[in-house]
Amino acid sequence: MKLQIASRLAIYALLDLAAHPDRQVSVAEIGEKYGISTHHLAKVMHTLGRSNLVRAVRGAGGGYQFSGNAKRTTLLDIVQLFESFAQEEDEQSGIGGDTETNRALRQVLDEIDDIARATLGSITIATMLKLIDAHRLHDSNDVAMAAPNA
Amino acid sequence: MGVNLPMKVANSHRNAFTRIAQAIILRQAIESLETSNVTIVLGKGRPRMDAETKTDDKQAEATLQIRRACADDIDYVIALDERITGLAKPNYWRDVIERYGQRRLEQRVFFVAESDQHPKSILGYVVGEVRAWEFGSGPCGWVIALSVDPDARLQHIGERLFEAITEEFRRNGVGTLRTMVARDNPLHMTFFRSEGMMAGPYIQLEKSIGMPAKNTTER
Repeated sequence: MKLQIASRLAIYALLDLAAHPDRQVSVAEIGEKYGISTHHLAKVMHTLGRSNLVRAVRGAGGGYQFSGNAKRTTLLDIVQLFESFAQEEDEQSGIGGDTETNRALRQVLDEIDDIARATLGSITIATMLKLIDAHRLHDSNDVAMAAPNA
Repeated sequence: MGVNLPMKVANSHRNAFTRIAQAIILRQAIESLETSNVTIVLGKGRPRMDAETKTDDKQAEATLQIRRACADDIDYVIALDERITGLAKPNYWRDVIERYGQRRLEQRVFFVAESDQHPKSILGYVVGEVRAWEFGSGPCGWVIALSVDPDARLQHIGERLFEAITEEFRRNGVGTLRTMVARDNPLHMTFFRSEGMMAGPYIQLEKSIGMPAKNTTER
């Protein structure tokens, strides 16, 4: 599955902010970390702000702060702020018409969409942060094994 | 707290509001099954868990004993399952307690969470079994049922049951835990995800081969 750039940027930013909920992080800092244009990221942050997932903190040292609920906000909540799934797009375009072939193909594609939707809808920001920690631990173990005498 | 979608986005995502609203309502129940740190103390076939006094959530943890189910528990389990699913299955549960509570206990697990304050008050249960070589799979521990009393939510009972069965499987030499979750049940799916479970190497397939079984009475 491929996410649109805005969805990915939103996920990166929210995970960074949710990992340090007491800290304010600027768009420039997040942009630099992930190699993202600050212009594009600013628009994404604006949408997240309107959805009450982040709040802007003004003044010196200002930036954005996570204001959502990490245990209740799923990846699907975030992605659906920026994109929809293929089924809706096809319905809008009318491609294929009401044919047996199209219905059969639609059945297979719907199966894929359903699984993708269920996966994204079941992984919260809190779960993602645990997953990131697990990767971090795995990476540090790899480093320790590569340099046992370090 | 939910997510407020901007109107412009909602207009272009016709079903997003509905889906998100449904997801938020269901997720408000998720914390009944969410995580905490617990120490598991295993005795002779009778696991006991001493909960740490973790206070990162507003709700206190229940003072619980996690132990193997016995025949006396089964009426409470039947009642709890009926409350949650709306379907009484006494014959099924009597069969489960016979198979999972009394035989081959080195491979089968049926734990209940009992309130220390109210003995015989069963607040949740978990059932599982070590299975091997089916579907070409090596030994793994299956979690086949896990439920928590809806009135005992936000007390980390689900997580304690999950930890207990995990530890029991591990003690019996199993390195993989497996379960199956309905795609349209975000409550269960989110719980197991929060416990670190990911998609496994198998995909469940099925085919309709006749009239569906009626779901209103026990077969």
